[in-house]
Amino acid sequence: MTASTSGTVTEQAPDISGDAASAAIRTEGLRKTYKSSRGDVEAVRGIDLNVPQGEFFGLLGPNGAGKSTTIGMLTTLVAPTGGRAWVAGHDVEKDTVAVKRRIGVVTQNNTLDMQLTVSENLQFRSRFFGLTAKVARERADQLIDAFGLGDRRNAMADKLSGGQARRLLIARALVHRPDVLFLDEPTAGLDPQTRVNLWDILKVLHGSGQTVLLTTHYMEEAEALCDRVAVIDHGKVLAFGTQQQLKEDAGADSIVTVRLDAAIPSDFAERAHISALPGVTRVEADGDQLRVFSREPEGLLGQLVSTATAEGLHIRDASEQKPSLETVFLTLTGREYRE
Amino acid sequence: MTTTLQPPDIGAKADPVAADAIAALVNNAPVPSPTLLKTFNAMMAREFRVLGRNAVSTFIRSVMQPLLFVFVFAYVFPKIGGGIMVGGAGAAARGGVNFATVLVPGLMGSMFLMQGMFGTTMPLVMEFSWQRTIEDRALAPVPIRVLGIQKICAGAIQAFIGALIVLPVTYFVHAAGQGPHIHVSDWLVFVLVMIGASTLTAAMGLLLGTAMDPRKMQMVFAVVLMPMTMLGCVYYPWSALHAIRWLQILVLLNPMVYMSEGLRAALTPSTGYMPIWAVMLALFGGTLIFGFLGLRTFRNRVIN
Repeated sequence: MTASTSGTVTEQAPDISGDAASAAIRTEGLRKTYKSSRGDVEAVRGIDLNVPQGEFFGLLGPNGAGKSTTIGMLTTLVAPTGGRAWVAGHDVEKDTVAVKRRIGVVTQNNTLDMQLTVSENLQFRSRFFGLTAKVARERADQLIDAFGLGDRRNAMADKLSGGQARRLLIARALVHRPDVLFLDEPTAGLDPQTRVNLWDILKVLHGSGQTVLLTTHYMEEAEALCDRVAVIDHGKVLAFGTQQQLKEDAGADSIVTVRLDAAIPSDFAERAHISALPGVTRVEADGDQLRVFSREPEGLLGQLVSTATAEGLHIRDASEQKPSLETVFLTLTGREYRE
Repeated sequence: MTTTLQPPDIGAKADPVAADAIAALVNNAPVPSPTLLKTFNAMMAREFRVLGRNAVSTFIRSVMQPLLFVFVFAYVFPKIGGGIMVGGAGAAARGGVNFATVLVPGLMGSMFLMQGMFGTTMPLVMEFSWQRTIEDRALAPVPIRVLGIQKICAGAIQAFIGALIVLPVTYFVHAAGQGPHIHVSDWLVFVLVMIGASTLTAAMGLLLGTAMDPRKMQMVFAVVLMPMTMLGCVYYPWSALHAIRWLQILVLLNPMVYMSEGLRAALTPSTGYMPIWAVMLALFGGTLIFGFLGLRTFRNRVIN
């Protein structure tokens, strides 16, 4: 049994150099295929990421895009079937113990130890990471106070509300001072107030220098928190960069949408020369709605409305969306669907 | 954005004080220095905290079965003249050994099974189903197999205690003159059998808890636990099965047999027992085999 043979956890030196070593997270062609009798499922299909220390990084994508599988591989709980990944300079496959020492993980499911109290959940996690019982108690008290759980200190973990449980999960992930904090859909299923409240905590953490990787399918969450974002769908990164870069690179223009009370005539966009309007990059007609992507949206909405009215069409609804991660995503997935 | 919302009743709004406190937690935290041993010990401490919290229910669970058994077999039957049981066992044991004496090692064996196997299996089923709380422990800074070994150790300690509880229970509950004749005739054999039986049942529990579909647990009780107990030489020494030769050979597949027989060798040698080398080989060899298989399925369940 290994426990008796050595007092210390053996650990390989970081096996990469230069940028990769200083990167908090790096992946090269990371891939996960689940084998099953009904055919293989390619959950992650070759992902390349590079997250420097101190960054708040977001993996944004719809449910089932491969975000949780990616986080699972980075946190050693899912075995990759291809590619490589390093967290805090350590290979997630070859050096799992070194990786686990340096990460804090908040999983999507509530993995609190339901047979322990709030305080014991923190104390035992601290002791798993080598703190003495006394230091673990002090650390638990500090964390409980900082995370506003003072009045639930001795409550059993299964008696917490959703928001309290989530805060305890985050507190627990921080007991051992992790280099990288992983948060998998941290606000899924929470009410809006509790969510904003968690965002505040995460902002403070990041402000204190904590590196964070967060997955979310809420656009506004990524916009509120992340320095950089990878947009991911069907197990692939569609776009990668700061929010500003994404908006520029992905051609994330403003999107003007006009909805009629009947189907859009097939030749309407052509006859109205919408594509020729200044700044327009793309026009999409889909059933009763027309979507126009534009770099210069000023006046476009009015122009569309008057053109449609002149054609004798009845407009039910018209709107303009400013460039956001949402429009980026629409732009990206729209393009993918057409290919 | 936040100013328009009232802070929820759960507190911890990011006011400056809380913000400073959280920042301090990140930057002024004690530096952890985990070692395999520290982590392992902390995990064991966690098991005992949980056991301690459920001490009353654990104790009742451990005491009820042996208590009822000895009450019926060593008190009720002798009182009502249960010649069937006593006669049968007496004949098997050749020469004036009462049934309580035959029963004690067997009861201890069945307690190993109950406490060791199900004490390991049931928590695992909980941890793997529902919210997969096993992930909490899986993220501790040790290899996954160490976590599995820890599960075996925790289950083995429960089994050890559970089996020992049988002794005082049977010592006090019996009809006049029907008490078991027990003394440790060989301490080394006794300790080795206790350890080997504890680790074997816990290793079997690890395999069962990770390989079985939790929805089929009822089936496991019927198909595994019942036959193992009834055919585990609990109520009769193995040598007595001599009369049914095919059964005597068939039950050699049952790990329970070696626990009951090992304890007979150590505690009640007058009832006759199986060769000690066979007992030791089965208990420790079985621990290795089931431990190996259990750790493998455990790892495969934890790591997707």
